[in-house]
Amino acid sequence: METVTTHSLPPDIVEFIEACKQQEHSDSYLIAVLHRIQGQFGWLSEDHMNEVAQRLQVPSATVSGVATFYHFFRLKPRGKHAVSVCLGTACFVKGADRVLSAFESELGISLGETTQDGLFSIEVSRCIGVCALAPVVTINEKTYSRVTPTQVPEMIRAEAEKG
Amino acid sequence: MKSVELIIDNTTVSVPEGTTIMQAAETLGVKIPRLCYHPDLSLEGACRVCIVEVEGVENFLPSCATAVRDGMKIKTNSPQIREARRDLVELILDNHPKECQTCERDANCELQDLAYAMGVRERLFEGKRKDHPKESSSTSVIRDANKCILCRRCVRVCSEVQGIHNLSQLHRGFDTVVAPAHEGAMADSVCIACGQCINVCPVAAFMEKNSTEDVWAALADPKKHVVVQIAPSIRAAIGEGFGLPVGTPATGQTVTALRRLGFDQIFDTNFGADLTILEEANEFLMRVEKGEKLPMLTSCSPGWIKFMEHFYPEMIPHASSCKSPMSMLSALIKTYYAEKQAMDPDDIYVVAVMPCVAKKFEIQRPEHMMDNGMPYTDAVLTTRELIWMVKAYGIDFANLPEGDFDTPLGFSSGAADIFGTTGGVMEAALRTAVETLTGETLEKIDFEVVRGVTGIKEASLEVDGKTINIAVSNGLNNAKILLDKVKSGEKQYHLIELMACPGGCIGGGGQPYPPQDYHVLDPEVLKMRARALYDIDKAKTVRRSHQNPYIQRLYKEYLGRAGSEKAHELLHTTYEAREPRGIK
Ligand code: SF4
Ligand code: SF4
Ligand code: SF4
Ligand code: FES
Repeated sequence: METVTTHSLPPDIVEFIEACKQQEHSDSYLIAVLHRIQGQFGWLSEDHMNEVAQRLQVPSATVSGVATFYHFFRLKPRGKHAVSVCLGTACFVKGADRVLSAFESELGISLGETTQDGLFSIEVSRCIGVCALAPVVTINEKTYSRVTPTQVPEMIRAEAEKG
Repeated sequence: MKSVELIIDNTTVSVPEGTTIMQAAETLGVKIPRLCYHPDLSLEGACRVCIVEVEGVENFLPSCATAVRDGMKIKTNSPQIREARRDLVELILDNHPKECQTCERDANCELQDLAYAMGVRERLFEGKRKDHPKESSSTSVIRDANKCILCRRCVRVCSEVQGIHNLSQLHRGFDTVVAPAHEGAMADSVCIACGQCINVCPVAAFMEKNSTEDVWAALADPKKHVVVQIAPSIRAAIGEGFGLPVGTPATGQTVTALRRLGFDQIFDTNFGADLTILEEANEFLMRVEKGEKLPMLTSCSPGWIKFMEHFYPEMIPHASSCKSPMSMLSALIKTYYAEKQAMDPDDIYVVAVMPCVAKKFEIQRPEHMMDNGMPYTDAVLTTRELIWMVKAYGIDFANLPEGDFDTPLGFSSGAADIFGTTGGVMEAALRTAVETLTGETLEKIDFEVVRGVTGIKEASLEVDGKTINIAVSNGLNNAKILLDKVKSGEKQYHLIELMACPGGCIGGGGQPYPPQDYHVLDPEVLKMRARALYDIDKAKTVRRSHQNPYIQRLYKEYLGRAGSEKAHELLHTTYEAREPRGIK
């Protein structure tokens, strides 16, 4: 009888899981598998996690426990406007943490979350290589430099106007 | 084994190497306070309530997780330790609702006991409160995460004993919550509704779905004819709720208490058990004759059945098609009995007192509905719920005179009583199957090989020139072990008895919380409850299901013979593969 009853993963990831299963302690590859999926989809859906559970034969509750433990994993899709605050050393020294808090309070969501309407999400990056412009925030492809917390409401308004 | 000598509270003690400080202290009669620790589950070391002072070690050490070393000098009760322990308990209380008076675990709560024992008499800090919605999607198990103290006993019992892995610790820090995958609804999870999480939870974070209000309402309704049946294992455990020693049989008092509560007829699930044996033995002998669908798997335990449907759907054809004793009896109450009394079955309200919360799931399965959509069983009460009702009514249970069940559906053989313990269904089936096969009367009907509360038992019997291989398991991790052996071809059994709960129904998820000096799932408690059932069996004159005269009459008057069309219509059922699929 078929043990995989959820089908949401592309063939390359299924292949990767199959390869992991050939290894000893295949369940220790769980995080690596989740990494791949997030790399491709930007987030982990319940279907993704359930299929991983079935293919890797790790209980869904365990997969869910791991995915919710690490801030790195996103459990909702990114917003239409994906805010990414750089927390690299230079940006951090220049107050990126306060910029991050400003986005969180202005949007009413925490790091790793997406607003109800699906418009905005917040994540962090580690040094994107433009330290001279610190602190740096990217929203989708656009880069904002020397951002201060007071600029945040205006940045959000401008983005939202784009629709 | 090497032994280690150490000093605990100024007393020298010698224990085997590898013993923990907690266990060593117990040999001296010192019970170190504890919360997350459970002797039958893996070590968690999460709560640190069990800390002790070890001379020369700067930090206090958790005694449940620290092995003894030669020459250790330990203090379990210095002023510093007492204060630190009380602080730890206070920290837990700071995030805990102040709801004891309205809480179902009031007076039965390990956190309450601990707070009392630590001398917490005031609440100095108003800590942050958790704010999770109560999760009541399941027919059986309610999850109230606001009361959870994150000891993870439920996570451990669900995976280590039951092999379900339905629960996990999700998120982190203050947001940590114990829940099924994706914090989903219990009703949509692989939960098999065994209720063992309820049993091991020290607080009210897991509870059964309460049906007492429905039953009070039916009892007060003059238009309802309220019929009750009690499962075999109830009589062996209910006395504990009223301070009777563990293992005191209390059949007669239970009957009297039910009568005082106002039930119109008091029947015995045991009758259904005798009937199950006749149907199941017949089904088994036919399969043996044809050599098909073997091993046959028993079907009384609804937790086991749901487990099979989620985890081993490929084994469904092997399961006996017999309904459980409860469902057989309910079907007869609303047909056979209703016809005899010339009553409309819709005016009859059937209450089943069960050791089990999965029974609350079973009665809602569409297979157990009448043609008009009404359920055969209207409500299931756990042993705990009945204990509460009896107390709420002010009935002095321990001093009640013994009452008798009503006939015809209240008479049973001793074989039915032992259904309540692991191995009992097998023994009852063998008494009937072997006599049917050989046509001779067994001299000795005690099948000792299938007795005892160990997780897996196996035996081979020579019957009528044939070898019959049997196996018995309790706790679903053990079911996995047996079924995997069957699937790999390593073992060829003919009949397997499977019960979801440790020890069988006597260890069910609806049984009383353990009395002082015992712990949840305590094998000692299980043994004494089983002993009570074997004693009841031994004292009966009729000890074989097929010799129950009322069963014989039922077949003659109503069903025809075992496995007849009528019997199939009323007493047999079907199963289906279920999503989500479990991970074996
Ligand atoms: S779980 Fe225990 S401590 Fe918490 S409210 Fe209920 S009785 Fe009180
Ligand atoms: S009822 Fe049983 S299967 Fe369900 S969560 Fe509790 S322990 Fe696990
Ligand atoms: S639900 Fe109960 S058993 Fe489970 S972690 Fe919380 S307090 Fe412990
Ligand atoms: S009982 Fe030892 S750490 Fe909880």
